[in-house]
Amino acid sequence: MAKITASVYTSHVPAIGAAMDLKKDHEPYWQPLFKGYEKSKEWMKANKPDVIVLVFNDHATAFDLSMIPTFAIGCADSYTPADEGWGPRPVPRVQGHAALSAHIAQSVIQQDFDLTIVNHMDVDHGLTVPLSLMCGEQHPETGAWPCPVIPFAVNVVQYPVPSGQRCLNLGKAIRRAIESYESPDGKELNVQIWGTGGMSHQLQGPRAGLINLDFDKAFIERMVKDPEGLAKMPHVDYIREAGSEGIELVMWLIARGAMSDLRDAAHGEATAGKAPKEIHRFHHVPASNTSVGHLILENS
Amino acid sequence: MSLEKPYTNIPGTTIFDMDQARAGYHLNQFCMSLMKDANRKRFLADQRVYLDEWPMTEDQKLAVLAADLNRCIALGGNIYFLAKLGATHGKSFQQMAGSMTGRTEIEYRDMMIAGGRSADGNRVVGESGDAQANRQPQGHGTGKLLD
Repeated sequence: MAKITASVYTSHVPAIGAAMDLKKDHEPYWQPLFKGYEKSKEWMKANKPDVIVLVFNDHATAFDLSMIPTFAIGCADSYTPADEGWGPRPVPRVQGHAALSAHIAQSVIQQDFDLTIVNHMDVDHGLTVPLSLMCGEQHPETGAWPCPVIPFAVNVVQYPVPSGQRCLNLGKAIRRAIESYESPDGKELNVQIWGTGGMSHQLQGPRAGLINLDFDKAFIERMVKDPEGLAKMPHVDYIREAGSEGIELVMWLIARGAMSDLRDAAHGEATAGKAPKEIHRFHHVPASNTSVGHLILENS
Repeated sequence: MSLEKPYTNIPGTTIFDMDQARAGYHLNQFCMSLMKDANRKRFLADQRVYLDEWPMTEDQKLAVLAADLNRCIALGGNIYFLAKLGATHGKSFQQMAGSMTGRTEIEYRDMMIAGGRSADGNRVVGESGDAQANRQPQGHGTGKLLD
């Protein structure tokens, strides 16, 4: 057995990782941001999962233009933090959960989502910055992340990226996959799913630096209360309102789709779960070029 | 069948779609090669010689040599690939993004600290915001990543 107990949503700005790695996190520029994650770190300690399914995007690190998978699931035993051009982040290796990965891959592909299976992959800031924010600083050799992580990479670099609706539906398929897992020792696995990226930001052209806090706040509100409606938002609205890189936000819908209030009658799931419980919500502008948003939801 | 591209009327923005990716394939793969330290050193030692090893267009090579990121993007570059070029020159994402606005590093940083660029006036070409073509450059920067 395995069960999703909570979902976590956060931006994954590379400069946040750099600020932690270079010990700049107490500078006035960064302090308000890290303060917003204090409660999250306490919550993580009190609610340590057995596995995290971490939805993120690769930023031209593991995948160059020779191959661009829309959805890719890491199935390895462990993953190395990547050298993105500035040298690798000084953080621990990421341990995987190959058995649960393999189970999710088989189940989700059988539910008509064509995942790419990745058995070797370095992971970039998209994956390690959320871990640092939620788990605090960890020594690269003597430290460790609190639990195994399954990297789930989504293409949001090469347009067209998957639609919000497809992301929400994929989240539902991932939940069904996780709920059908039988662990070898018979114990129930406590699984969290994290959706990362965003919020509003644009890194290119004369419109670089775009921030739309009203959009971001409304997005989080709808993420909590109206995910089915939010999933219908077309790509161009993300780009126009939240910047060309703001389209990363579709990844949040994968995590939201995996929450139990979105059970689906079409799959024989007659009883919808209760609305999730909101544990924490936080906004901050700016982190480098980006509006930072963060949300924690627990299944009721 | 013509493709649907509803994003072409957003000012100051180039979407890295299939057509852009096709035009920029070698430019972006050149950037990827800079993930390796040995290649970064060789590129910095003689940029022209290194670029000539790649089947890029002359315009793309000149844009890289000029460290003109707007031009690189117009010719098919993508910011996450160009970030490897920026890193090779020791520049951050904020310095890269700022260079494309025609603001100086300080001017751009100040704009971000003040809450960033507003979407108002910058949603559709022809409005009056600061990302519109008729309002470039936005500050006292050179528009290039290197001075």
